[in-house]
Amino acid sequence: MYAQMVKSTGKGVQSLEDMSPEERAFQERIDRGEKIEPKEWMPDGYRKTLVRQIGQHAHSEIVGQLPEGNWITRAPTLERKAILLAKVQDEAGHGLYLYCAAETLGVSRDELLEKLHSGDMKYSSIFNYPTLNWADIGAVGWLVDGAAIMNQVPLQRTSYGPYSRAMIRICKEESFHQRQGYDIMMKMAFGTEEQKDMAQDALNRFWYPSLMMFGPSDKDSVHSAQSMAWKIKINTNDELRQKFVDQTVPQAKYLGLTIPDENLKWNEEKGGYDFSEPDWTEFFEVIKGNGPCNKERLGARVKAWDDGAWFRDGLMAHAEKQSAAKLAAE
Amino acid sequence: MTVAFTTLDPAVYADWLMRLGDNTLILGHRLSEWCGHSPVLEEDIAMANTALDLLGQTQLWLGLAGEVEGKGRTADNLAYLRDASRFRNVLLLERPNGDFGQTLMRQFLFDAFHLELLKSLQTSSDPRVVEIAGKAIKEVAYHLERSADLVIRLGDGNGESHGRMQSALDDLWPYVGELFVSDDVDKAVADAGIGPDPADMKAAWRQTVDEVLRAATLSVPGEGYVHKGGKRGVHTEHLGYILAEMQFLQRAYPGATW
Repeated sequence: MYAQMVKSTGKGVQSLEDMSPEERAFQERIDRGEKIEPKEWMPDGYRKTLVRQIGQHAHSEIVGQLPEGNWITRAPTLERKAILLAKVQDEAGHGLYLYCAAETLGVSRDELLEKLHSGDMKYSSIFNYPTLNWADIGAVGWLVDGAAIMNQVPLQRTSYGPYSRAMIRICKEESFHQRQGYDIMMKMAFGTEEQKDMAQDALNRFWYPSLMMFGPSDKDSVHSAQSMAWKIKINTNDELRQKFVDQTVPQAKYLGLTIPDENLKWNEEKGGYDFSEPDWTEFFEVIKGNGPCNKERLGARVKAWDDGAWFRDGLMAHAEKQSAAKLAAE
Repeated sequence: MTVAFTTLDPAVYADWLMRLGDNTLILGHRLSEWCGHSPVLEEDIAMANTALDLLGQTQLWLGLAGEVEGKGRTADNLAYLRDASRFRNVLLLERPNGDFGQTLMRQFLFDAFHLELLKSLQTSSDPRVVEIAGKAIKEVAYHLERSADLVIRLGDGNGESHGRMQSALDDLWPYVGELFVSDDVDKAVADAGIGPDPADMKAAWRQTVDEVLRAATLSVPGEGYVHKGGKRGVHTEHLGYILAEMQFLQRAYPGATW
């Protein structure tokens, strides 16, 4: 899940009776499963919530290039390097689709980037953790993309047309990434003792941060209730987290790796695993900016943007000259 | 006198193929360093695309080099287990990325050469070379189109972009001469009809470069001192650091499969 704790109106869900005729007609369209398209009427709160969510998701994609990009120049074979490079390129492509989806709601990419750079908008907490060994690249694909898919597959059915279509494209690539990540994990887990250690170490470090990706329990959150009514959010954070754990535990077993949770146990009654909650204090610290890599990640994005200003300005200047010349010739 | 490629000393032939593969490997590596750090998202994507093309070509050229050499070395063995003095790329391509303008200028100067090279390899006496060059030329024609376009737009952009592109050109110019210096390896390969004599490609390259730089309003530096040595394994200090990073896992964990 690349969008965490997205605020909605904060007012809770209105009943159909309390809505204006326009709002009611809008809600009924959503309830019927119709898609909302850019030029159509929508409540202000719907638009704002979507901008926050899609924007945060887009930022996560581009900041998410950095922890994996950290290993591109050290990838162990030509093939691994090409796969990783292509994967990180896909993430940039996802960022592009999502910024375009946000643009259909009347907010430009530059405006969203400005908010990212000033710290007004967030990106997923997971990208503030470091990638320390090569197995981390496997763990990121397996766990981080795996967690993202849990959220993004249902979002293919989200009510906003451009977001839904972006998700469909993104999901295809993400599931491919997850398989590639797991493939690295297999090579490491079934490799030399040292490789096995790296794989276990990666799982130890990425397990709880991956569970945090779903965000704290939101079963009582008014923001989530409104987002769910609008089909901007499809499942609760707890549902998705449970699904993720249930899917991942057997995969870890197959690899012969141990999930770092002594309380992990199959619960016959609920048909799922019981597991320990991540440390939410740590989560809120990371969100506040105190994660191990917050400064580096945001710093790298700001530097790329600032260092590239001359490039963007130069291209604009050329385009202006060209159109002036064209005008003069007419 | 043209001799069949099969009669060429395999060690000489492999050496020449490593020049092709090391050029694409080292340039691809440099481009991949930009991943996530470009001035704009579209450039991140384009840089990765170009790097991927070059990596793919590396696998083919170094794969063939290993096959020709006949000692059982794979493309990965060649990329990850040779030390700097065994690398055969030209010095231009191991230059640090610098600003985005330097990266683009290096790319343009090489793309213009690379395309001429691949054109001429279309008629190589070795069908394996023809096959690889046939695949690569489509990619490289696009690389050149893109880098030339950006060089023109930035050279003819505003004062700052013009200045940066001019200084990139001035800094890199002393390294382009090496692309066209022929040595015994080149001559043997040319005699076997496998590849061109590099000196023969200079005029066509110069024509492309002059045309683009003129449109970019940049001034072409005069012929001056030529830095060279990469083709025979005498590199700049930069290559050692590229390899230290690139080869780390293979060196630290010998025998592991990844």
